[in-house]
Amino acid sequence: MNLRLNLVAAKTIVRKEIVRVLRIWVQTIVPPAITMTLYFIIFGNLIGRRIGSMEGFDYMQYIAPGLIMMSVITNSYGNVVSSFFGAKFGRHVEEMLVAPMSYATIIIGHVAGGVLRGLLVGLLVTIIALFFTRLDVAHPFIMISIVLLSSIVFSLAGFINAVFAKKFDDISIVPTFVLTPLTYLGGVFYSISMLPEFWQNVSKANPILYMVNAFRYGILGTSDISIGHAYSILIIFVVVLFSSCMILMQRGVGIRE
Amino acid sequence: MNALSIRHLSKTYSNGNQALKGISLSVESGDFYALLGPNGAGKTTAIGIVSSLVNKSGGVVEVFGHNTDTELEAAKACIGVVPQEVNLNLWETVGNIVTNQAGYYGLSGKLARQRVEKHLRELRLWDRRNDPARSLSGGMKRRLMIARALVHEPRLLILDEPTAGVDIEIRRSMWEYLQAINKAGTTIILTTHYLEEAESLCRHIAIIDEGRIIEDARMSDVLRKLQREVFVLSLAEELPDAPQLDGFTTRLRGDGELEVEKGPHRDLNDLFAQLSARGIHVSSLRNKANRLEELFMRLVDSKQQVAAG
Repeated sequence: MNLRLNLVAAKTIVRKEIVRVLRIWVQTIVPPAITMTLYFIIFGNLIGRRIGSMEGFDYMQYIAPGLIMMSVITNSYGNVVSSFFGAKFGRHVEEMLVAPMSYATIIIGHVAGGVLRGLLVGLLVTIIALFFTRLDVAHPFIMISIVLLSSIVFSLAGFINAVFAKKFDDISIVPTFVLTPLTYLGGVFYSISMLPEFWQNVSKANPILYMVNAFRYGILGTSDISIGHAYSILIIFVVVLFSSCMILMQRGVGIRE
Repeated sequence: MNALSIRHLSKTYSNGNQALKGISLSVESGDFYALLGPNGAGKTTAIGIVSSLVNKSGGVVEVFGHNTDTELEAAKACIGVVPQEVNLNLWETVGNIVTNQAGYYGLSGKLARQRVEKHLRELRLWDRRNDPARSLSGGMKRRLMIARALVHEPRLLILDEPTAGVDIEIRRSMWEYLQAINKAGTTIILTTHYLEEAESLCRHIAIIDEGRIIEDARMSDVLRKLQREVFVLSLAEELPDAPQLDGFTTRLRGDGELEVEKGPHRDLNDLFAQLSARGIHVSSLRNKANRLEELFMRLVDSKQQVAAG
């Protein structure tokens, strides 16, 4: 493999993705900012004042890390799935498929684009959160590494969704019926210690719970789950999803006849 | 060295359609090669396999000696592809489309910028570099796809019906451009529905039909096989009846036109001598059908008759 060629190609894909995100900023940046502002106003401010404190933090502080993580997850996923499916639909994915870069480069380039959009929106939501509450970062390394790994996981998942998608409806099915419910049930708005034991155990099968809680631990220093488990789950997901992407690309699923 | 070598290439789609039935062909380095065939013959499938956009079912493809099974990236680096259908990101600017393609081939910085400018200028798109591709006309989009395919200066350029839907003036200028880059050393494989285009540009021809190669030879040898030609003569004065000419079959077409079929051992000097002797003056002459078109129809028809019989 020609390393230099692949580095230039990966850089090109990332630049193309950034240009795309900024070109359609009204669709990519503004909606999550508005949605999260509403969450902070309604759940954090209006309802949160009646709820009081949770795990020793006021409710607004408690939900802020989860809302930031939620925006990172949905935007990382959404960026890759819409960009790669759009390239398939418009057939300009062929520009990349005929070029001598490796399939890993195509995957990494798109995932990097997804991560950058996820982090950009996450940063924006963090700034919005700071208008409503105070956030002191307890464990900066954990906060950064967890948000990065989570963003990679959902970018890879978005890539797989795009590979299988045949029409635009197919790229909204997973976010609507899988991602959103798992995120809401992933401890963004509550601690699973409030649930009966049975539902606590069911919740532990939800990978987003680990991401939200580990990220919350990075910021607030409190978590419902073991941070070691969160890292293990995230790393396993990255390896499994990346391997799946490679196999799909090599077989040409959804992209070659 | 062969620019492209295909051996026993086959492709069966998941719906059972056998698009290629073990075709073999070789394209010499520097050649201008036409791959012709009726719709659904397998041309685009063959090109798709060579450019790795279609998975093959069997056979071997080598590009400048690089086997696509074992050295895919080296093979891809030698190829530039202009597909049949427009596959541009229509929201992207003209300049970005070509710059991105340069990046996908590992070209960056000053070299990429120089190549982008060079090819956009040569294809008369430089002034539109900041415009989105969707704002271009059909002919401009075709030219943009050629610029995109050439930005890494491939040794083998594959064009799948590059002039489809393009007006005659732009088509002619594209022919000149393609001839110039072929002269500079780029091997070109062309599929086209305009047989006049293949006859004018290409030195070698393969005809594919129902997934099989039915003709593969030098253009001059192929055209030599034609045993007859039909000309249409515009006469200075209308004739009441078609003249009887020795060795030629004639028919009046109306509007002062005479159709003359020439046999294999007759030449046009003979025709004009006989017409002059009868006091018939010819103001202009044209081929009734493109010669290659005639051969093409004959080969495809004879194959269909064999299949039916």
